[in-house]
Amino acid sequence: MISFRSKEPKTVPGVSTASLPDIIFMLLMFFMVSTTMKQTSMMVHIRAPFATEIKKLEKKSLVTFVYVGIPQNTKMYGSLPRLQLNDAFQPIENLREFVEKERMDLSDDQRNKMTVSIKADKDIEMGIITDVKQELRKASALKVNYSAALGTQQAVFGNL
Amino acid sequence: MRTKKKLPEINAAPQADVAFQILIFFLIATTMDTDKGLLRKLPPIAEKQEQKKEDVKERNVFLVLVNRNNQLLVENQIGNINELRAKAKEFIENPYNAEDLPEKIKIEVPYFGEVAVTKYHVISLQNDRGTSYGAYMAVQNELTAAYNELRNQLAESKFNMKYDDFKDEDDPRRKAIDEIYPLRISEAEPRNVGGAK
Repeated sequence: MISFRSKEPKTVPGVSTASLPDIIFMLLMFFMVSTTMKQTSMMVHIRAPFATEIKKLEKKSLVTFVYVGIPQNTKMYGSLPRLQLNDAFQPIENLREFVEKERMDLSDDQRNKMTVSIKADKDIEMGIITDVKQELRKASALKVNYSAALGTQQAVFGNL
Repeated sequence: MRTKKKLPEINAAPQADVAFQILIFFLIATTMDTDKGLLRKLPPIAEKQEQKKEDVKERNVFLVLVNRNNQLLVENQIGNINELRAKAKEFIENPYNAEDLPEKIKIEVPYFGEVAVTKYHVISLQNDRGTSYGAYMAVQNELTAAYNELRNQLAESKFNMKYDDFKDEDDPRRKAIDEIYPLRISEAEPRNVGGAK
């Protein structure tokens, strides 16, 4: 009689992990392409206001960021909204110099395309934003983006 | 002759670990968020001497005030944010050529020919220093939405496309629509109501 069963117990062959690196590399490539390096570490709390009509900012190299919000470390920096430029808190008066410096880093034909993106918390008062805007006007950085998160109509009204 | 010694295969298992490490580095050190928001153009700062008052007719101005309690005053009436978009649209378009809405001026626009547009309308937005940024953004959003809806309507009826589909800013069709519905939101010079800073 022919025995179909082999004498020795069958062992399941181990799953080959040879393709694992390829998958990881693929993931890696995805992240390398689709993300950008973090420019600054946030020192202020920012919950972006919601909006429905937002547009994407086209060229990242032409955008300068200005952060306004309540410091994360309130013990050290107080609980009033403050302006963060690069990695430090700055008084509003320094904004003009900062913007002008950033503009000097751009090439001649890009200078007038520079956009300043204001990232501010939705619960802070407009006073400091108004000051920032005035300072930007003085620096003749007139293209401004009010950073916002995409939200529903309900969320927009919830800003109030 | 000696038979060639077979080279041992390189173990590829740690390759995954190395790749993992690089992956984790990128996960931590990079951000995904592309910045999005409402684009605006600030007016250039005026010299104190030549600060002339532009002669703007009353009917051409749509006044939106936001006070420190985030309440709206639209055209001197207590307004609701829900109605702001519709009101702004009516003001910008002035469909029935009403007397109290902005005057319509006939201009020549490519693709459209002679169109009567509210060329000199101004939406004036004023806020208090105590207004919350969220409220300000909600108002800005509604006003932008009013313009976008009108522009989209026009783009769809004329070109069967959405306004945003004209990617190039210099697209003549986009410019034509911009001419019919020019974005004219003016933000008042900040005033120190409660005395000097």
